[in-house]
Amino acid sequence: MANADCIVIQGSNMAECHPVGYQWVTEARARGAKVIHVDPRFTRTSAVADKHVPIRAGSDVVLLGALINYVISNELWFKEYVLAYTNAATLVGEDFRDTEDLDGLFSGYDPGTGQYDLTSWAYERKEGAEATGGYEHGADTAARAAGHQYGSGGPPIGNPRFEQDRTLEHPRSVFQILKRHYARYTPEMVREACGISPEDFDYLARTITENSGRDRTTCFAYAVGWTQHTLGAQFIRTAAILQLLLGNVGRPGGGVMALRGHASIQGSTDIPTLFNLLPGYLPMPNAGMETLQQYLDAIASPTQKGYWAAADTYTISLLKAWWGDAANEDSEWGYQYLPRITGAHGTYETVMSMLDDEVEGYFLFGQNPAVGSAHGRMQRLGMSHLKWLVVRDLNLIESATWWKDGPEIASGELKTEDIATEVFFLPAATHVEKAGSFTQTQRMLQWRHQAVRPPGDCQSELEFFYELGKRIRAKLADSTDERDRPLLDLTWDYPVDEHGEPDAEAVLAEINGRHLTGPQAGRPLSSYTEMRADGSTSGGCWIYTGVYADGINHAADRKPQQEQGLVAPEWGWVWPSNRRILYNRASADPDGKPWSERKKYIWWDPEQNRWTGDDVPDFPVDLAPGTPSDLDAGGAAALAGDDPFIMQSDGKGWLFAPKGMVDGPLPTHYEPQESPVANPLYRQQQNPARLTYPRADNLSAPSAGEPGSEVYPYVFTTYRLTEHHTAGGMSRWLPYLSELQPELFCEVSPELAAERGLEPYGWATIISPRSAIEARVLVTERVKPLVVSGRTFHQIGLPYHWGVGQDAVVSGDAVNDLLGVTLDPNVQIQESKAGSCDIIPGRRPRGAALLSLIAEYQTRAGVTPETGNQKLTGPGRASGHETKEN
Amino acid sequence: MGYGGRMSRFSFLGWPVVRQFRSGDPLGRGEAVTSPRTRAITPRTTTADRVVQSVCPYCAVGCGQRVFVKDEKVVQIEGDPDSPISRGRLCPKGSASEQLVNAPGRQTKVLYRAPYAKDWQQLDLDTAIEMVADRFLEARRNKWQQTDGQGRPLRRTMGIAGLGGATLDNEENYLIKKLFTAAGAIQLENQARI
Repeated sequence: MANADCIVIQGSNMAECHPVGYQWVTEARARGAKVIHVDPRFTRTSAVADKHVPIRAGSDVVLLGALINYVISNELWFKEYVLAYTNAATLVGEDFRDTEDLDGLFSGYDPGTGQYDLTSWAYERKEGAEATGGYEHGADTAARAAGHQYGSGGPPIGNPRFEQDRTLEHPRSVFQILKRHYARYTPEMVREACGISPEDFDYLARTITENSGRDRTTCFAYAVGWTQHTLGAQFIRTAAILQLLLGNVGRPGGGVMALRGHASIQGSTDIPTLFNLLPGYLPMPNAGMETLQQYLDAIASPTQKGYWAAADTYTISLLKAWWGDAANEDSEWGYQYLPRITGAHGTYETVMSMLDDEVEGYFLFGQNPAVGSAHGRMQRLGMSHLKWLVVRDLNLIESATWWKDGPEIASGELKTEDIATEVFFLPAATHVEKAGSFTQTQRMLQWRHQAVRPPGDCQSELEFFYELGKRIRAKLADSTDERDRPLLDLTWDYPVDEHGEPDAEAVLAEINGRHLTGPQAGRPLSSYTEMRADGSTSGGCWIYTGVYADGINHAADRKPQQEQGLVAPEWGWVWPSNRRILYNRASADPDGKPWSERKKYIWWDPEQNRWTGDDVPDFPVDLAPGTPSDLDAGGAAALAGDDPFIMQSDGKGWLFAPKGMVDGPLPTHYEPQESPVANPLYRQQQNPARLTYPRADNLSAPSAGEPGSEVYPYVFTTYRLTEHHTAGGMSRWLPYLSELQPELFCEVSPELAAERGLEPYGWATIISPRSAIEARVLVTERVKPLVVSGRTFHQIGLPYHWGVGQDAVVSGDAVNDLLGVTLDPNVQIQESKAGSCDIIPGRRPRGAALLSLIAEYQTRAGVTPETGNQKLTGPGRASGHETKEN
Repeated sequence: MGYGGRMSRFSFLGWPVVRQFRSGDPLGRGEAVTSPRTRAITPRTTTADRVVQSVCPYCAVGCGQRVFVKDEKVVQIEGDPDSPISRGRLCPKGSASEQLVNAPGRQTKVLYRAPYAKDWQQLDLDTAIEMVADRFLEARRNKWQQTDGQGRPLRRTMGIAGLGGATLDNEENYLIKKLFTAAGAIQLENQARI
């Protein structure tokens, strides 16, 4: 970011939530870069930016789409980059219909299932060029193409022999489709939908385009302000399209930067404690993938371009790491030991299963869903149905104590003496009491050395789960049941120190992988390209291979920054292969020369016949510019000299996504699940493919124009403060931090305070269709009323760190209790950045009276489980409302 | 308080402005406002037995930390100036992380709440792990699904779920994923979904 000439921070309050990272924005600005903050609230990020652009929460696709339109209509796109490095010239099949044609729907929508059939979004294949090996390009339904079924490479599209029009004039070229799709996303539309003036839009559009091109780069940064929506993944896609058009991907000071909020949230995605993935973004197999071959076919076609074509080597190396000798050619390398998923089994589905008594036991390790997850009441009631709960944490978080001091005890919904759940609280070790690596937000693994021993009964997760695994295996040792073989054959033998703590470096070595046979047997792998599909290598997470090259823990590399350049390659280790900027081949032009001296990063050295530069080239190092694609070769060998997007199956950046997104090949604006505003672009109000859960305990407010919408007239949006950490488990128990931010508050504009009679520093009660909470009133001009569609529109800001319990230094109502569960269909993340509510002066009622207040509002608004859950909206449309995952 | 005992004996030399200039501290931020008590204090960082390199446990920026240990206790945590990410800086949370380790309310003992009980009771760690292992196997068995409606293998259990990982180490997530997957427990999730 320090290299950027313009930084747009949108959906993030970076200065307050990532203050130390923000120093690089400050550095860039000190060198003359423009910083623009687009956010519903004026925050400290806005205060130190060149400009703050207030936006209505949830309308970002309109703004970004209008920027795309501006760039295309004013011919400001980076022509050479776009032509060479994106799929702009590729033709899409004749059956494709855009949301412009179908009033907010793409072709392939099935109102019965609420899902898309993606067939018609496919590229047009060259005559005679068949999708080889049974890869029926495009012919897939959303149920099978969902994000939870594919790794980072997206679904395979087969051999990339597609029709192209290099003039970009063909009406079915991606470029022309893109142009038409965003033609109505105008500055006027931005004013109407986002509440942003044409002057502010013009400033933003001019600034990013003036700071993009050969000599200059613009960077976007976002956080959960973009992800937590019913089309969150599409928010980010819109920014990616804009950045591709401007040539800001794979170059210094460019990109779309995710600002993540947990020390190793990147690591826990790479090595996923997630239901849908195996390490390294390999998918968890689903029930349809009965054989290893079927599984591999679904990940990648060996005829496609790029490094996903070698997914068999990554998969078999993983299976070898887990099941050792039991993973052999006769056992399909142990593939049958893997359990299968059948649709979405995300955390919210699991909580609903708890309510149905389908889940007996629940482990929480470093997470506090009673406060931190959407719909806190559903979380706590779900836990009350468990047979047993294990909470592993530093402190007695609310998720460990809800059975005696939770809000439902206070309201009378639960009685402690009636709750059968057994609860184990097992104290955890802090970050300094164990050794191990975190992966931070730019994919850098950094090792922490152990400073002291954990006190008392405190244990690392490494020690606890290693011990648990040993005991489980011991208890099953005599089992002849076939289902126990995966546990008994598991490689589960790590060296421990004199205190019983496993050696984390030995685990890292297993993750890195090693040669198993041949002259190099036992030697750690240096690169994932050394992995083989014949059982001669192992490796627990292929993208991490190299972190332990030559038996050296490179995550612990600590050459001081003062002794290195800006790229600092000898501090920590960045996956893959210690590359700092992904797709950095794009930092050079098609001939391999830097786009400009100013933005020089990776280039082709014709004398040495190799790529060189400031970073590790993210490209086959000897693949010369101008090399034509050898499509018959498949994999990395099929890449052309100008295919920088080496993980994409056609080597190009995707302006249009023919597969991989289940709710549309192009981002389209839909309103949030709950919105006082009617979608100004289409009669389709919400994302038709979003996941809805119509239940009496998960009611939604009516949206614009529907009867009852006036009962919840305001929009609330949630956020974080500098002094607290998410659900507070690591901050509300610390006296220092608790003193700095002791109490929940709501931010309201002076206009809203006047309208509702809210007293500064007094109390307010905020009521949603799920719950009601109380907060101190902070009247501030930081929250501005916006004029949207001709009417004044109020937003309420709520930091969400507090929870109801007796153990923390500070407590308060949990803001996430206000939220319902409606999810993005690609990633199953909930919509928590925009919801409907009312606000009234005074504290909330206590006891059963609280439930009466919530019910009184629900009755007045006439909400039922059907409300807001129609998949198709607008006159003359059939409505399917139920989401059924198969 | 203040500038030692000299304030009791009136002297122009004790006036703040004079002090500031006499001691070469015209802005009054250093020597001129340093009390004898402050002068006598030594930073905890200089008397530590050892310094250990670490990483801040809060957000994902990944700021470098230096952990100062004396008598096997963490006495201070500061920013690591060597880090190319943070260059020595820490935010309020990172700066407070010593208290995360030494928080007065931190739980260091196993607690157990029996069914229908009104309060916690103490439990031996070894017993607790043994009980959890038994329950794990029982729940796994009770909610086992061998095949789906079409007879295709599922070999999984829906009786066990886990949530967490974004605050843990890669090595820990790896062992958790490995164990859960081998046990057929697919419902494993973390903050990345939220």
